[in-house]
Amino acid sequence: MSLTLGHFLSLGAILFALSVVGIFLNRRNLIVLLMAIELMLLAVNMNFVAFSYYLGDMHGQVFVFFILTVAAAESAIGLAILVLLFRNKSSINVEELNTLKG
Amino acid sequence: MDVKTGFFYLFSALLLFASLRVITARNPVQAALYLVLAFTQAAAVWLLLKAEFLAITLVLVYVGAVMVLFLFVVMMLDIQMDKLRDGFWKAAPLAGLIGAVIALEMAAVLLGGFRVTESAQVAAQAAPDYSNTKELGKLLYTQYLLPLEVAAVLLLVAIIAAIALTLRERKDSRHLDPSLQVRVKARDRVQVLKMAPTMAAPPPPPEDDTTKEAKP
Repeated sequence: MSLTLGHFLSLGAILFALSVVGIFLNRRNLIVLLMAIELMLLAVNMNFVAFSYYLGDMHGQVFVFFILTVAAAESAIGLAILVLLFRNKSSINVEELNTLKG
Repeated sequence: MDVKTGFFYLFSALLLFASLRVITARNPVQAALYLVLAFTQAAAVWLLLKAEFLAITLVLVYVGAVMVLFLFVVMMLDIQMDKLRDGFWKAAPLAGLIGAVIALEMAAVLLGGFRVTESAQVAAQAAPDYSNTKELGKLLYTQYLLPLEVAAVLLLVAIIAAIALTLRERKDSRHLDPSLQVRVKARDRVQVLKMAPTMAAPPPPPEDDTTKEAKP
């Protein structure tokens, strides 16, 4: 049985499901939540690359390039906010972030 | 089952194991290191898909920059994991069920519906002088030139935002404001006062001791 497009898409789907489970489990730890989001983006990128290869279309890889750029910017700003949060509250527990609650 | 399939299963197994450890690791430093392993395995899978440029970019950008940033932040913060891990496994049955449903449904649909094998167009890419990087560069610098510039501006905005967010001015530092220095005018430096050549002597202070007024 040779590799088909479905194999790579299934790998992306399992990776995505794992990161969803990770978000459920680590619902208090902000830093692991950020890591789970990175894993989700990786799963999506995997689908793009797989489609790009099997359909012989380079535009999918260009899209992955832009997603990588946006993800890098997102994690940089996310970690900056995390550092700022820790400096103010001495904790990264998501459940303590209820200052805006009325 | 050829060599490529074997490598695919090897890399996929390592990738899934590493991501499982990312979400269950007790120590966030361990989680970050397992995320590095996951990214390298994903890069290996992308190499199987002949996306060399993106695989190398993933290793350089993610493992080299983003994950080092993650590790730096994790090690800088003093995180008490016990409180964060409180009730960690309480949501595990529900989360596992949802994850299994997502994975099984999608795998069933995708494995059944996408039996695409390598097309003739893909076979043309196997020519010895075909370069993935060259093709990607051609697209990026012609058709996607404007999005590329926008992405560059986005990165610049991210740099400025990250610095502006974490910048902390010291209260006790004595510094000069360069913009004030540049905008200074001559009249701020020298002030010419018009004075009469002779002045009347100021009136003598009252002899009362209770007044504490200083002499002008």
